[in-house]
Amino acid sequence: MKESNEKIVCPITAKHIKVALVGQPNVGKSMLINSVSNAHLHVGNFSGVTVDKTEVLFDYKDYKFTVVDLPGTYAFTDYTIEERVTHNYLCAEEYDIIINVMDSTNLEKNLQLTSELLTMSKKLVIALNMSDEADKEGIEVNAQYMSELLNIPCVKVSAAAKTGIEELIDTVVKKFEGEKKEPKLIFSEAVEEEIENIVSYLQKHNFQAVNSYRNIAINLLKENKKTYEKLHEEPIWTELQPIVIEASKHIELHHNTDDIKEAFAEEYAAFNRGIVAEVVKQTTTKHEAKTLTEKIDRLLIHPIFGIPIFLFFMWSLFQLTFTLGNIPMDWISAFFTWLGTTIAPTISNDDVRSLVVDGIIGGVGAVVLFTPNIIILFIGIALLETTGYMSRVAFLLDGFFHKFGLHGQSFIPLVTGFGCSIPAYMSARILKNDRDRLLTLFIIGFMSCGARLPVYVLFTGAFFAQSMAGNVLFGIYISGAILGLIFAKVLKITAFKGVDEPFVMEMPKYRLPTLKLIWHTVLTQTIMYLKKAGTFIAGAAILVWFLSNYPHDVNLDKVYAAKIEKSVSVKQKALLENQLAEAQLGESYLGRLGKFTQPIVAPLGFDWKMNVALQAGLAAKEVVVSTLGVLYSIGGDVDESSKSLANNIRKNIPFASAVAFIIVIMIYLPCLAATTVFAKEAGSWKYAFYLFVFTSVVAYSLAFIGYRVTLMLM
Amino acid sequence: MKNLLDCDRGEKVKVSKLNAAYDLKQRLISFGIMKDAELEVLAQAPRKKTIEIKVGKMRLALRSEEAAQIEVKEI
Repeated sequence: MKESNEKIVCPITAKHIKVALVGQPNVGKSMLINSVSNAHLHVGNFSGVTVDKTEVLFDYKDYKFTVVDLPGTYAFTDYTIEERVTHNYLCAEEYDIIINVMDSTNLEKNLQLTSELLTMSKKLVIALNMSDEADKEGIEVNAQYMSELLNIPCVKVSAAAKTGIEELIDTVVKKFEGEKKEPKLIFSEAVEEEIENIVSYLQKHNFQAVNSYRNIAINLLKENKKTYEKLHEEPIWTELQPIVIEASKHIELHHNTDDIKEAFAEEYAAFNRGIVAEVVKQTTTKHEAKTLTEKIDRLLIHPIFGIPIFLFFMWSLFQLTFTLGNIPMDWISAFFTWLGTTIAPTISNDDVRSLVVDGIIGGVGAVVLFTPNIIILFIGIALLETTGYMSRVAFLLDGFFHKFGLHGQSFIPLVTGFGCSIPAYMSARILKNDRDRLLTLFIIGFMSCGARLPVYVLFTGAFFAQSMAGNVLFGIYISGAILGLIFAKVLKITAFKGVDEPFVMEMPKYRLPTLKLIWHTVLTQTIMYLKKAGTFIAGAAILVWFLSNYPHDVNLDKVYAAKIEKSVSVKQKALLENQLAEAQLGESYLGRLGKFTQPIVAPLGFDWKMNVALQAGLAAKEVVVSTLGVLYSIGGDVDESSKSLANNIRKNIPFASAVAFIIVIMIYLPCLAATTVFAKEAGSWKYAFYLFVFTSVVAYSLAFIGYRVTLMLM
Repeated sequence: MKNLLDCDRGEKVKVSKLNAAYDLKQRLISFGIMKDAELEVLAQAPRKKTIEIKVGKMRLALRSEEAAQIEVKEI
């Protein structure tokens, strides 16, 4: 099912089918879309990977498909934002057909959502996903019989193994072309009696409606808002209302509860147990023995060893990031040096040559250099996301997090934050409570994102031996996380007081992710990083180059030219040339800006170059490195043999200032794009302003302390 | 009355009543924790801060405060 079929489809005769993909969290909806079309939606193994609806288009035979991937929802309780997104979409938007994706290995739980879908009076097809996994676990699902029992077509598929996909689409087409059929949903006798009462009343009055009487009756009893509103305007309502109220009372009495939703949930559960008993057969008795997941959990969520094991994993990741990532870095560095020296002689114009070599190649090269480190970090996070380990860590850390006013599930956005703040802000939606979500949103920035890694690698590489650098890197990340926890507590006590959100979270089965899945996830993110380097960062590098080269002071040139002429030794000559470059840089727009605002950052031990790099970093953290690359490649390079940026930094920046610089990088705003997403997720730009003030004040104060303490210790 | 938090690791019990407030109750129900559902305690985090239970075939993590609101009886 390629996106373009061999057959040319006439746009006029082609039929459009809009499909809403619905299912409980973590049943493989996004992966199913990826198998059907050739989209590359983000796939993970925990609930809440898809946080917003995504549309994917593809052609099949004579049909144009639009598939809407909706966030996973356990039931229509509107508990989380994702549940609201899905529920609102299903109730209010236009679409032709629903595909309900289910996890074949856990039908009973999945059917709970299905039974709610059955009352929606929409065309429905059930995709029994993960059928390969069910086979392995000895679970046999009779799809044919299930279709008959529910009066809804059920198709066995496996998104991972790509089986049954074609049959599923054919079934959707058939259902689309066919008549809508009333699904079979049978309640207990008590409820059936009340439904019958209402149906016969509607029949007696020959009530005109699109949906069946049975459907209306069920929705009235379930207190469905839409049905209520509709019937409320009808003249029969005055007579019907007492009947419905009486019926609800009977049902509640029957279930010994005062909550009609609870009563219906129990009704559904009973119906679902019946279905499962009929269609599912456990062929092997293997399920009595401990499953693999249980065995792994024994170790990984061990009360004593669980957390140390997690810390060890994280430490290894940062060690690998540094040591393994450093090998290809040398090659990339050599490549850009070669590129610069090869291109330079071909450009005759001095200004253009400087622009290309120092501005573009220098700036972009400085960012591309860190691609290997980024890739390793992304692989680590992808593994964490796809294996199912993420939820275990949330489980282990909830008690600890709770002390700091955070929620165990805050862990998921926080870890995502190590990759990039943008998806992290979005995944904070799994937190239902607004205060908890805002608190988490404010803390995410403390988890250093992938774009800050280059700055850290650059500085740790410049000031520490290679054997130590990995540990220092790990230390930076951990202290960022600890700072985040401390400030979470501070914010919880001051700004976000209130009741805690309950912690109820599904622990998915462990899955060994396919190489392909990891490959795609990492590739997409790496391409995004490189794309940014090629476009946004290159643009910023050009801008920084321009601002740092103009205006050019001709008088300075003359003064130094005379001095250079008089100098005797080669060394002195070189020294003077560098002094000239430095003086010119100081007179440039960027130099003026940096010097103008320098008094503000002087207490932190920053020179104006670091000051400028930090300001440029507000746009994106990669720009910090490219700006440093541009600024330090021009001035201050006294020793001709040392070409690398790290060497320049070691020579020009005192250690204490470097510490303060890293502290600011760790804490202040991640980037412009992330700040925009933050404002959107927090619900107002007001919060983005608070975040700016909050992070700036914290960054400044801590950097000041860091600078002073380091000076004392040195 | 016994609640889920009182249960030991490996214990299998049946839900008799949910004492939770409306929101949490709906949440628990959507996970299949309702009257007569069978639960098994799988694991406990240090000092029972969080517990892992099995509902049907699903593994679920609950905080101690939430677990204490689930009234259970032995099977």
